[in-house]
Amino acid sequence: MSKGRFGIHGGQYIPETLMNAVIELEDAYNRYRDDPEFQRELTGLFNEYAGRPSRLYFARRMTDDLGGAKIYLKREDLNHTGSHKINNVLGQALLAKKMGKTRLIAETGAGQHGVATATAAALMGMECVVFMGGEDTKRQALNVYRMRLLGAKVVPVSSGTATLKDAVSEAMREWTSRVSDTHYCLGSVMGPHPFPTIVRDFQAVISREIKSQLMEKEGKLPDAVLACVGGGSNAMGAFYHFIDEPSVRLIGCEAAGRGVDTFETAATISTGRVGIFHGMKSYFCQDEFGQIAPVYSISAGLDYPGIGPEHAWLHDTGRAEYVPVTDSEAVSAFEYLSRIEGIIPAIESAHALAYAVKLAPTMRKDQMIVVNISGRGDKDVAAIARYRGEDLYE
Amino acid sequence: MSNIQPAFQNGKAFIPFITCGDPDLDTTAALIRAMAGAGADLIELGIPFSDPTAEGPVIQAANVRALSGGVTTDRIFAMVRELRRDVKTPMVFMTYANAVFGYGAEKFIAACAEIGMDGLILPDVPFEEKEEFAPLCRQYGLDFISLIAPTSAGRIAQIAKAAEGFLYCVSSLGVTGVRSEITTDIGGMVGLVREANPNIPCAVGFGISTPEQAARMAGLSDGAIVGSAIIKLTAQYGKNAVPYVRDYVAVMKEAVRSAA
Repeated sequence: MSKGRFGIHGGQYIPETLMNAVIELEDAYNRYRDDPEFQRELTGLFNEYAGRPSRLYFARRMTDDLGGAKIYLKREDLNHTGSHKINNVLGQALLAKKMGKTRLIAETGAGQHGVATATAAALMGMECVVFMGGEDTKRQALNVYRMRLLGAKVVPVSSGTATLKDAVSEAMREWTSRVSDTHYCLGSVMGPHPFPTIVRDFQAVISREIKSQLMEKEGKLPDAVLACVGGGSNAMGAFYHFIDEPSVRLIGCEAAGRGVDTFETAATISTGRVGIFHGMKSYFCQDEFGQIAPVYSISAGLDYPGIGPEHAWLHDTGRAEYVPVTDSEAVSAFEYLSRIEGIIPAIESAHALAYAVKLAPTMRKDQMIVVNISGRGDKDVAAIARYRGEDLYE
Repeated sequence: MSNIQPAFQNGKAFIPFITCGDPDLDTTAALIRAMAGAGADLIELGIPFSDPTAEGPVIQAANVRALSGGVTTDRIFAMVRELRRDVKTPMVFMTYANAVFGYGAEKFIAACAEIGMDGLILPDVPFEEKEEFAPLCRQYGLDFISLIAPTSAGRIAQIAKAAEGFLYCVSSLGVTGVRSEITTDIGGMVGLVREANPNIPCAVGFGISTPEQAARMAGLSDGAIVGSAIIKLTAQYGKNAVPYVRDYVAVMKEAVRSAA
C-alpha cells in the first residue's frame, strides 16, 4: 500500500507530472513540522496576525432555550479573515516560502479559503491565483472582490458543475502546468498525500485549544464535538485531539441539500461509496459507472462530492458519526443563532449548529457539547435573504 | 509478447486518441475502422469521465459531449465487442481511476479482456499506486501502461523497468492540448528509459498536432500520440468527421513512419 493511508483511504492518485512536487512537499513538511524555529514563526503568525487563540464561548441563552446539555461555541469565526481557513493557509504559505516557492494557487468554494490564501500571499509577498466555480463567484460576489482587493487573481471555472469540485480540478490542472515556482495551497483535508495530513496538523490547533480551554472552564472533556463537513478541515481540526478520548462523541454534519433522498444533496457519507478522485481514495457521490455526481447544497463551502480520507476512516472504524443536515435546517439554525446569541454564523457552520439544536435537548444538563463555528456569516446574508424570498443582492 | 508490441514493428508508430461517444457511438465505431484503415498502429479509446483532470479544454469538451449524449461504459464495451470482429489493430482504453474502480476494477478489467482490449491507461494512477490495478491487468492479460513526464527526474528508471506494453512519454507540463512548440528534452528522457529498459517502446504524447511535430517526436522515440488535434475534427464535423479523421491519420502515419 502506498503512502498516506487512513485504513484503505488516502494515497496519491495524481498524474505523474505532480509526483515529484508532492514528494518535495512531503520532504519539506517532514523537515519543518518539528523544527522549533518554524513552529515559533507559525505560532507568532497564529497569535499576532490571526488573533489566536480563538474564544471558547459558553452559549448561555442557547443552552437555556434548548434545556439540555451545555453548549460551547468554538469561535473560529473571530479569526482574521473570518474562518478557520487561515490556520491552514498560514502554515502552508510559510512552508511554501521555506521551499522557495513564490506563487500560491488555491481553489475556493464559499470564498473563505480563497480569501485566506490571498491574505497570506499579501502578507508574505507572494503571487496568488484563486480558482472558483463560476456559479460560486455569483453566490459569493463579495468574496471575489475581497480577494482581488488583496492582490489575488480570481479565475472563474466554467467546466463541469462550475462549483468547488471543478475549482479543485482546475487548480490541479494549473499546478501540472507550472510546478516549479508554485505551491498548491489546498484548502481542506483532502487531495493526495501529504495534503490531508498537513492540513489536519495545521487545523489541529482548534481541538488543542478546545481541550485546554474546556479543562480550564469546566475541568473535564466535552461529551460531544460537532462540526460541519465538506472536505472536512474544520471538523478534522476540531476532532483531532479527541480521537483518543473515547468518551467524546465526534459528530460531522454533512450538507444534505434538499434531502438525502433527493439528487440535490452533497451528503457524501450518507449517499456515496468508496471511489478514487482528486488524488485520494475515499467516499464519493457517484453513479454506477464511477461518474462523479453533481452535488448540491445551499452552502458553497460544503458543495463537494467527496470527503477527506481520514474522515472516511473515522467513519469506517465507527470513531466518528456523520449525520446529514438539510438546507432548511441549516438556514433555521443560521437565523436561530443570530437571534439568540447575536452571532451570525457561516451557513456551513450552521449545519453543525442545526444538529446541536436537535442533540442538546436529548442530553443531560451536566453534559457538554462543543460546536465549531468555523466561520462568520456576513458572506451569506444576501443568499439567506434570497432563500427567504427577499430580493437582496450584494 | 503482448498485442501492443507489434504496434511498434511497422516503422515508427502513430497512435491516435478519440473519446468514445463523441458525438455518438456509431460515429466512434466508424472512426476506429477508418483510423485502422489509414494506418494507425495502436488506437487509444477514451472512456469519458465527468471530471477529466489531466485534460485540456478540447478533450474536456469531448467528454461533456459524449456523456450528455448518454454514453456509458457498458455501451462502449458493447461497441468494442462488435468492432473486434473485423478490426485487428491493437487498442487500449484511456480513462480515469474512478471509471474503473467505481465500476468494479475486476469486473471492468475482465470485460476489457473479454471484448479484446489490449491495455489500460489511467493518467491519475502514478507508479506508487499502480498495484491498485496492475495485478488485475496482468491476471487478465492486459498491459497497464505507465507514464513519465518532464518532471519525472529520478523516477524514470524505476518506472521504465516495471513498464508493460509501451511507455507513454508526456511531452510537456500541463494538460492535454495542442501546443505550438515542445521544449522538453525528449531525447534525454527516452535515453534514460532505454538505459533502464531497452525493450519497452516509448511513445510521445501531449501537444502534438502537425506532421512535422509528430515526425520530430517519433524520431526521438518509437512513436507519436495525438488526441486533441483529432478531437478538434470531431468537434467541428460531428457525425461527418470520418473522412477528415481518416485523411489526417494517413498523413500523420506517413510523417512518422520513417522518422529518424
